[in-house]
Amino acid sequence: MKKMIALLLALVMVFALVACGAKTETTETTETTEETATATAYKLGGVGPLTGGAAIYGNAAVNGAKIAVDEINALGGDIQFELNYQDDAHDAEKSVNAYNTLKDWGMQLFLGSVTSAPGVATSVEAQADNMFYLTPSASSTDVLGGVANPLTGTVDIERKANVFQLCFMDPNQGSASAQYIADKDLGENIAIIYKNDDVYSTGIYNSFIAKAEELGLNIVSTTTFTTDSQTDFSVQIADAKDNGADLVFLPMYYDAASLILTQANAIGYAPTFFGVDGMDGILTVEGFDTALAEGVILLTPFSADAEDEATVNFVTTYEAQFGETPNQFAADAYDCVYAIYAALQQAGATVDMTASELCDLLVATFTGGEFSYDGLTGAGMTWDETGAVTKAPKGMIIENGVYVGLD
Amino acid sequence: MKNNRKLRLTKTSRTNFLTYLMVIVAFVVLNSMSNAGMLKSALQGQLVPICAYVTMALALNLTVGVLGELSLGHAGFMSVGAFAGAVAASAMRDAVAAEPVRLAIALVIGAAFAALAGVLVGIPVLRLNGDYLAIVTLAFGEIIKSIINNLYIGVDARGLHASFVQNTIALGDGGRMILSGPMGIPGVTKISTFTAGFILIMVTLVVIFNLVNSRSGRAIMALRDNRIAAESVGINVTKYKMMAFVTSAALAGAAGALFALGQNTIIASKFDFNQSILILVFVVLGGQGRMWGSIIAAAALTVLPELLREFADYRMLVYAIVLILVMLLTNNPTLKGFFEGLAAKVKKSEKGA
Repeated sequence: MKKMIALLLALVMVFALVACGAKTETTETTETTEETATATAYKLGGVGPLTGGAAIYGNAAVNGAKIAVDEINALGGDIQFELNYQDDAHDAEKSVNAYNTLKDWGMQLFLGSVTSAPGVATSVEAQADNMFYLTPSASSTDVLGGVANPLTGTVDIERKANVFQLCFMDPNQGSASAQYIADKDLGENIAIIYKNDDVYSTGIYNSFIAKAEELGLNIVSTTTFTTDSQTDFSVQIADAKDNGADLVFLPMYYDAASLILTQANAIGYAPTFFGVDGMDGILTVEGFDTALAEGVILLTPFSADAEDEATVNFVTTYEAQFGETPNQFAADAYDCVYAIYAALQQAGATVDMTASELCDLLVATFTGGEFSYDGLTGAGMTWDETGAVTKAPKGMIIENGVYVGLD
Repeated sequence: MKNNRKLRLTKTSRTNFLTYLMVIVAFVVLNSMSNAGMLKSALQGQLVPICAYVTMALALNLTVGVLGELSLGHAGFMSVGAFAGAVAASAMRDAVAAEPVRLAIALVIGAAFAALAGVLVGIPVLRLNGDYLAIVTLAFGEIIKSIINNLYIGVDARGLHASFVQNTIALGDGGRMILSGPMGIPGVTKISTFTAGFILIMVTLVVIFNLVNSRSGRAIMALRDNRIAAESVGINVTKYKMMAFVTSAALAGAAGALFALGQNTIIASKFDFNQSILILVFVVLGGQGRMWGSIIAAAALTVLPELLREFADYRMLVYAIVLILVMLLTNNPTLKGFFEGLAAKVKKSEKGA
């Protein structure tokens, strides 16, 4: 009898969910018909982790892209977008499934993957289909291909001609960080803690040490952690402290970095902490004492506290719609949509073109040398045949709980 | 008595025959649909992973259902096979031009490495009784993940080079890195095909059915049912346990190689504890020792999350509920009785007519 009740309850839940799912679906379709009422819209697809451990990045990107699409559609011009983001749960296999789902939907332009490992997988698919690919935040060099490995100097993956990045490539961040530390003379003895089962962290680390060696920086401690061990950093922090490091380089995302700051503070160790763009967001971690982040330096292309009009508008809209402060993933995705919008305008594309025709047109525009785009994450962004973006990284220091430009 | 045995034999061989038939029919239907362009890209892209997961489920079913030991680290064997196979295929890229040949060699290499790992794990553990295998295989899966996360392999004109923990490989002209630690193998060339996957499933079925129906197979099942009784009639416990376990590991390795060579990129953390449990779910859902059940469960549960995409945010919740429902329904005595009664009625009315 109990079993029958359990079964019944489960059935009720399924039906309730089916009803919910169906409901959201219908509202979505009405939205799109409204949008397409003025002009037929370009089908813009994207893949990102909307569930699972990396969901904060994926959801931020979706929200950022959504704001851009809404703004562009509200202008009522010739170019209208229809946005469709699919979940990949930060898994390369699922990202290809998500990409194929978008292809079945009729996607014409692809915002790529939000994270690196899935990005490598989807970029290969997009290359095979000649689908234009501009990723907001998949920063691994393997996404673009054609980039020399900083450690061995070999080109392991051929360049995928239709793939572009809006974020900095990992090696650029690593070498820029080393350069920055050397130029500003920020530390004598440097410790590095990095996540050695993570593409992003390892990519930055590799190029950082290659550049540090070249510049003669003194690295006194190198320690690692993995996804499974990213709750306790006492060993790594003690190693840095014992070796007398006065600057600790943290190429990682802010969730792990916030724990390192807390645990270093607990043993009374206060070196200069230096982060990269993944550190952005550290001031929004729940339960984290932001006083600990005082004096942390990070290289990031975006700051939610910037006072230019575009950033203020974006942050206000984002906070009003989603109730939180946008991070760089949201800003990157927002820029991606606008960069594609600008390129479509410049290239004179029309909505009846196939994905492949649009791809050829946009690749020619992006690499033509005359296309440049001013966005939230940098002014005068340009691209070339390598697919990497050219923009200046901004050094920020956290003072009184806000980012302040270092330059 | 004699008559009875004959009857039982025909029943198993009939089930085996129907299993082969089911796989062949599914392959012919899907393959002709795929050739006619009738399949959606989403399903088209999943054909190779489905074959790999089906093979994984069959391999694990040999350990769990036939041998009666619990393995919580079968993704580890899949990982060994995946990386060994993919590195081999990548290194042979210029030497062996024909893709099917390269794929076949990669599968064999993947299976061989996984079998070796199976022997290494099995030697100390299969001598023990109880749940030790579950715990050790769990640890094995984690160890493999760590090892591959720290392994660097490159290739140049002089051959393969490897380094551990730090990438210290110096490559000559025209060299390239194949495996870069945590970045895995970012440049896998897709050479797995649906046909290859189908052949692998058929080979797996032939291996498993022949093993189970052999003298060794009966010894293995005797160990499962009552180890003390089996030992007392002179069955060599370790030998037969090893036989089943290593076969299972080798098949998992081949499945891993097929899977890896059907992806654009593979990383070690893909083959984690969750992956092992997912495969165990296939086996439990399909029924322990029931091969056709594993095939259906693995295929259905691989496709299901993709079919549920329209639920958007509720997708994994619906997936979990569907799983619970299926588990409850297939094991519900009332419903079972109802369906059996229905079947009996149909038979009766057929007879009557």
